[in-house]
Amino acid sequence: MMKTAQMNGAEILLKALTDQGVEVVFGYPGGAVLPIYDALFQQKAIRHILVRQEGGAVHAAEGYARSTGKVGVVLVTSGPGATNAVTGLTDALMDSIPVICLTGQVPTHLIGNDAFQEADTTGITRPCTKHNYLVKDVNDLSRVVHEAFYVATTGRPGPVVIDLPKDVLQNKGVYKPEAASEEHRSYRPQVRAEADRIAEAVELIANAKRPIFYTGGGVINSGNAASKLLTEFVKLTGYPITNTLMGLGAYPGSDPQFLGMLGMHGTYEANLAMYNCDVMINVGARFDDRVTGKIAEFSPKSKKIHIDIDPSSINKNVLVDLPLVGDVATVLRQLMKRWKDGGHKTDKKALAAWWKQIAAWRARDCLSYEQSKAIIKPQYALQRLQELTKNRDTYITTEVGQHQMWAAQFLKFESPRHWMTSGGLGTMGYGLPAAIGAQVAHPKALVVDVAGEASIMMNIQELSTARQYRLPVKVFILNNQYMGMVRQWQELLHGSRYSESYMESLPDFVKLAESFGGVGLRASKPEELDGVIEEMLATDNFVIADIMVDQTENCFPMIPSGAAHYDMLLGPADKAARPVSEEGMVLV
Amino acid sequence: MADPKISNAIEKHTIAVLVANEAGVLARVIGLFSGRGYNIESLTVAEVDAAKAQSRITIVTSGTTQIIEQIKAQLRRLVPVFKVSDLTTDGPAVEREMALIKVVSSGDKRVESLRIADIFRAGVVDSTNKSFVFEITGATEKINAFIKLMEPLGLKDVSRTGVVAIARGEKPL
Repeated sequence: MMKTAQMNGAEILLKALTDQGVEVVFGYPGGAVLPIYDALFQQKAIRHILVRQEGGAVHAAEGYARSTGKVGVVLVTSGPGATNAVTGLTDALMDSIPVICLTGQVPTHLIGNDAFQEADTTGITRPCTKHNYLVKDVNDLSRVVHEAFYVATTGRPGPVVIDLPKDVLQNKGVYKPEAASEEHRSYRPQVRAEADRIAEAVELIANAKRPIFYTGGGVINSGNAASKLLTEFVKLTGYPITNTLMGLGAYPGSDPQFLGMLGMHGTYEANLAMYNCDVMINVGARFDDRVTGKIAEFSPKSKKIHIDIDPSSINKNVLVDLPLVGDVATVLRQLMKRWKDGGHKTDKKALAAWWKQIAAWRARDCLSYEQSKAIIKPQYALQRLQELTKNRDTYITTEVGQHQMWAAQFLKFESPRHWMTSGGLGTMGYGLPAAIGAQVAHPKALVVDVAGEASIMMNIQELSTARQYRLPVKVFILNNQYMGMVRQWQELLHGSRYSESYMESLPDFVKLAESFGGVGLRASKPEELDGVIEEMLATDNFVIADIMVDQTENCFPMIPSGAAHYDMLLGPADKAARPVSEEGMVLV
Repeated sequence: MADPKISNAIEKHTIAVLVANEAGVLARVIGLFSGRGYNIESLTVAEVDAAKAQSRITIVTSGTTQIIEQIKAQLRRLVPVFKVSDLTTDGPAVEREMALIKVVSSGDKRVESLRIADIFRAGVVDSTNKSFVFEITGATEKINAFIKLMEPLGLKDVSRTGVVAIARGEKPL
């Protein structure tokens, strides 16, 4: 009988990762993970990207995962390495990104002793991961890694932590490959919806007079097939469609059936169509509070169909009439087959009237802003960026704030996995490392991080990573010298008391870029803008483009918290007339 | 799956959860309740199948219908959870608690406490000249009633298990 060669834990780990198809790991070394780094040094199958702060590693893995559909893998050491990863893990959990985070841990006999660089990683990460593991026996290691990948990618994707004590990494053990036919004993999410519900849904959709598709990140997570099927179904019915922030790109953004993003900073036509529809078809979205506004007044007269792979998302915030639990691509296939088999047709007359109404709402031109010859408007900067990059294979990441909302409003996404943003958690500092992750995955593509000057400071150290691996990411800073979104709320709700939202002592971003080995550019006037953008695109190095924009510009439309969709503020004149309610004030 | 009706009435539910007997599973379930602000009135846990390494957690919780449905959905999506059953709504069920109750008294009060224990079919598991420890099993209301009766008779200490429950009939969880 052939005895399987004995490898140490670190080698078993790397073999399990390569068997899972891992090609890149984002990480930062430390004492507890030295055995893994030693094994990494002696192989070539897995490439390691050294970040400058562990949070950057997790966001980079997120950018990698979101732009490819593969699992992002992180490697950090024990104690502070693991705790630095917590924000990124929480971010991945909120946005359902498949990430495997390998954390070092002190040797098993020291666990619980307050050892050097020890932290209760499994305890700390339990609420912020989909699942986590502490491996105590090297012979369990390969099984745990294979199971972790299964959990991270099955059902609603999410982050999984594997805590690895140093002695386990050094002990010798046996590698067990993933058993192809073995089903997980307890975790088996449902992917197909029930046939009678499919039939009911198709009836409802066909008989709708004022229908709307409301689609979210679940379409992206289901895979590229889901986006194609969604596009096919929407075109087949001729119905209007709106996307959430996380769902942008699932449906071609420049198609006339697309009403723009909905929600707190969504378009007038998208929000009013949602409010006035009679059938709402939710595909892979979760009725987030940024979308619903005041729940009691959210689309009160419509019948709601909800397609979601996570049963706990159904009826959580908004009660729906027809839940369809399953994978988006699978359910869309079921719906379209039923539609074609049944020879269903839409109500063309009612639909024409609905589109006429939508056209009237569109005529409000809610994204219009006051142009200026003297100062660069942030919306204008993004419009020029969109125009000058439209023929390129572009990946966009963002930080968090006003620039993020303007990016969602003014940039167009024709296909999925080109738009990466921190939606659920709203993590400032996400964009630069995520851009690095996306660039690693797509070395020849154009990757742009649309940033604010406040957010970019949060993970600025990752410029070193970009330089080390010659990743030519473009950091497009909309510099208004304020934390823009905070300032906007302070203007709206707190009598313009701008408490701690002004960015004092900003660095000279051009010199900063140069000090990290990159290129710095600045545009202060509208006529300088195009030149800066073109130079940025032509530079074969990472670039910071510091675009000085209007400090007073606010992001509209806006549905203030606690308000209903029809209470949308469309511009500065609106905001003066309508104060926010008491209960709205306590909401974020 | 019936869609829950809109109701704001708070109901008490007993939920049985079959989980993998692994390190951290109980912490995960409790973390779910505390993290989302759900209420735990009582919780019991023990291994029920050594061969399959499965444990059963019985939780008594309360909330509106929508909240209870959310709790069950959130529990079901935890990786180490095999099955979740709502014993309050899934059919008739039996619920029991056990308590150990220390009563310190002498003379008439001591005699009376023994008489009441007899009525409640509670056994004496410890006795000294001045004290008894009674063991009582039954529905929560019965235990509550017994404790109330012991209060004027020298009640000193109470240790309760919390509710365990099982569905009536032949079907397993």
